[in-house]
Amino acid sequence: MNKTPDNNPSRPSLPPPAADAAEAAMEEALGAHGSAADRGARLLKPSGRRGGIPAEPHSPLALDSPPIAHPVFHCKDVNMFYGAKQALKNITLDVAPRQVLAMIGPSGCGKSTFLRCLNRMNDTIPNTRTTGTITLDGQDIFAPEVDVAQLRARIGMVFQKPNPFPKSIFENVAYGPRIHGMTRSRAELDEIVCSSLTRAGLWDEVKDRLNAPGTGLSGGQQQRLCIARTIAVQPEVILMDEPCSALDPVATARVEDLIDELRAQYAIVIVTHSMQQAARVSQRTAYFHLGELIEIGETDRIFTNPRHRLTEDYITGRFG
Amino acid sequence: MSSRRTLRKLTNVVALVLSGIATAIGLFFLAAILWTLVKNGVAGLSVALFTQMTPPPGSAGGLLNAIYGSVVMTVIGILIGGPIGMLAGTYLAEYGRTARISALIRFVNDVLLSAPSIIIGLFVYELLVVRMGHFSAIAGAVALAIIAMPVIVRTTEDMLNLVPQGMKDASTAMGAYTWRTVTSVIYPAARSGIVTGLLLAVARISGETAPLLFTALNNQFWSSNLGAPMANLPVVIFQFALSPYPNWQQLAWSGALIITVSILVLSIAARIAVSSFTKGRH
Repeated sequence: MNKTPDNNPSRPSLPPPAADAAEAAMEEALGAHGSAADRGARLLKPSGRRGGIPAEPHSPLALDSPPIAHPVFHCKDVNMFYGAKQALKNITLDVAPRQVLAMIGPSGCGKSTFLRCLNRMNDTIPNTRTTGTITLDGQDIFAPEVDVAQLRARIGMVFQKPNPFPKSIFENVAYGPRIHGMTRSRAELDEIVCSSLTRAGLWDEVKDRLNAPGTGLSGGQQQRLCIARTIAVQPEVILMDEPCSALDPVATARVEDLIDELRAQYAIVIVTHSMQQAARVSQRTAYFHLGELIEIGETDRIFTNPRHRLTEDYITGRFG
Repeated sequence: MSSRRTLRKLTNVVALVLSGIATAIGLFFLAAILWTLVKNGVAGLSVALFTQMTPPPGSAGGLLNAIYGSVVMTVIGILIGGPIGMLAGTYLAEYGRTARISALIRFVNDVLLSAPSIIIGLFVYELLVVRMGHFSAIAGAVALAIIAMPVIVRTTEDMLNLVPQGMKDASTAMGAYTWRTVTSVIYPAARSGIVTGLLLAVARISGETAPLLFTALNNQFWSSNLGAPMANLPVVIFQFALSPYPNWQQLAWSGALIITVSILVLSIAARIAVSSFTKGRH
């Protein structure tokens, strides 16, 4: 188990003001100005440039600048088939550490399928086949010696619909540490549950009813519970499949703030149907279309200066 | 226009009357059976019914040994058939969902589900009674287990399939092996449904006569020896009801009432369990 000091949830998390300050400092460092929402609104105004956009995609990686030095995931020529139907075509992209990568595109474009390739969740669907290479920290995830359960333990996943287990709030968060034998004592487990719920921004709301069923929480609380459950096992990367599509705007804002905080420690890959959300939470954006990766690059650049006509058509709402 | 409307109204009335009559006929026979059963059964209800052994013709007695035997064989039958049925249902729902052998297992299970119980009695007769050289309670329990098994396989598979895929995916994505997901997440989520299936299986086997006739037979006396023939309600009812002795016939009516009321209670318990199951999931 990877126990770098940076990555240890048993360490008490920063109190909220300090976290805000750290976040502000990070935004400063990344050259972002104004609030996340402002930035989203600004980014959604395309430059209006119509001429000179190539009709055919360049090699998507060539569009990606600068190249990622130490990618968490490195994916090369990933093809994925449901039976005879090809769902992904030669996807090549890197996932950078401590960054949010948003994957956008019309329904059926393959973004969720690709997300599920990263932790081999497609293995659970019969008649599927994946080719190409995906490495996690340099290790081939399809290598025969890889134990897929151990692999998934290193990759957290948050689903579209909040899916707490039919257990208490405490047991939901304790599930991962329990099944992976991460704790030796009850006190240690209590500590992990407390810090995970705190980091997921749920502790204050549930601390008095940890034994109440997780299914009794509101939708937004359930989704934050699922995020707490995910980070309790100290994953290296978090995959999110439209995590806010079942939530109201207030709950969505809370989860987005949470994603922004988690970015300090984790690589996050998020699939979203909301371009505003992609603009608000991500540093890099990938645009998928009919199973192909059309364009990937820094979020600012994708939303202000798309290089491919399909990307521009999508972000300006001409289709999709 | 108005004549068409009249025609429609008339058709509606005719259909309503016909379906009402059909329902009334069905309910009439159900009520008649229950009424006859209660009227004749209640007359024999007494403390002796639950405290004394089956008597010889003409003397007083009860059904204690038969009630005991039925409970023992039903419980052992469920203890054998329950785990096997649950594990098979778990395989079909979680491990071999799309395996070719699963389709075969489902088909064979459906055949077994509708197999006449007398065939299963004969099968166990050949398998155990002939080899042991005599009838025995354990042979009866095995026959009941074989009858209960396909019911449990089917209900377990159905109930596990009702557990939302998202919940299973969440556990898988946490890095849980399938057995862990099944035991820690899926079984707790489907618990009341599985229990309901077990209760339905109990209701199914507690009235079975034919398989016990070939396996446990009957015993006039108290016996708790599983290797020996054992009394049981269905066979006692079968024997006593066909006899010319009034006191035996009375005991048969009372035994039939006991079985019916037990099954009714179990079915109500199952319904309550199901409704709490569906409530718990929303």
